[in-house]
Amino acid sequence: MTWIEGRFEENVVLSTLEQAMNWAKESSVWPMTFGLACCAIEMMATGASRYDLDRFGAGAFRASPRQADLMIVAGTVTFKMASRVRRLYEQMPDPKYVIAMGACTVGGGPYFKHGYHVVKGVDLVVPVDVYVPGCPPRPEALLEGIMRIQDKIRARKLGRSAREVTPVPHHQGMAAVPAISHTLEV
Amino acid sequence: MTAEEILNLLVEQFGKERIAGANLEAIDPWVEVSPDAIADVARFLKTDERTQFDHLNNLCGVDYCEPDEKKQKKFGHEPHIEVVYHLTSYNLKHKITVKVVLARWKDGQVGSLPEVPTVSGVWKIADWHEREAFDLVGINFVGHPNLVRILCAEDWVGHPLRKDYEFPLEYHGIRGK
Repeated sequence: MTWIEGRFEENVVLSTLEQAMNWAKESSVWPMTFGLACCAIEMMATGASRYDLDRFGAGAFRASPRQADLMIVAGTVTFKMASRVRRLYEQMPDPKYVIAMGACTVGGGPYFKHGYHVVKGVDLVVPVDVYVPGCPPRPEALLEGIMRIQDKIRARKLGRSAREVTPVPHHQGMAAVPAISHTLEV
Repeated sequence: MTAEEILNLLVEQFGKERIAGANLEAIDPWVEVSPDAIADVARFLKTDERTQFDHLNNLCGVDYCEPDEKKQKKFGHEPHIEVVYHLTSYNLKHKITVKVVLARWKDGQVGSLPEVPTVSGVWKIADWHEREAFDLVGINFVGHPNLVRILCAEDWVGHPLRKDYEFPLEYHGIRGK
């Protein structure tokens, strides 16, 4: 028995502020309703009951960028759309995250050579946190991408000088658990 | 009416020099009309009792051009641009295709678009079709009420479906290649 155990009443939870904040943020990643092409269909399937994005707290699609934490760029970004994507990104409150979903947003995809109107990767327009390849990606792949976003949130530090360590996904597709992230002990 | 009867009617109405040619063996039999006559021919085809072409299925521009010098020998066409009108009559259940052949550039000057009279006053839907053909192939439809780009951004340079179109290296600071 360490010195701190047994000193509190029942139903009292101990945590660090950092952990508590990160836990709250990662459990309520609200994406923006933002479908540009066929990947949007797969994103909708991810949100529907079979794959159920709500299990990760990320199923509340917001119609306004002001209420969103995550922009899933699902589909082909054209030059005409690029300025709108940029504006929507800038309207989102911090902290904000971007998933580039599908081959078109990752790097132009099938339009890379002969598409005069397609931006060759949405990372030329907005900073991208997680790339989800596929044409279109399976819902499982998008779920994996959202879990990687959650890893990034979990790794956030509050301290001014603390370095954020971006978690590196394990080669089996399992993320290495960041050092700061213990499950909350009751 | 068969395509042959329609052709004969048009030749009788407009004369041989304005009905420039025809191919009745094609899957979609077509009649070629000289550019200055297309608006009159369109109005006649729509309003005449014998034809009643009340429906414009499609209007599109086609660029016949082979920019690759090595492939030019096998190409088999003089460089030109065609505007193709697919017409159907709901009442009489017959079809015809009308073509207009234009030079790729007006007066041979690169950059000045070839001109053809608009048919948007005959078929309302031709308004958007002609805007699309203008946007992508670069055809100036004279007399069109609102000839602005419909798909590309307003400040886009060039007409992307021209065979010799060069892709932009940059658009508003976004790398294009």
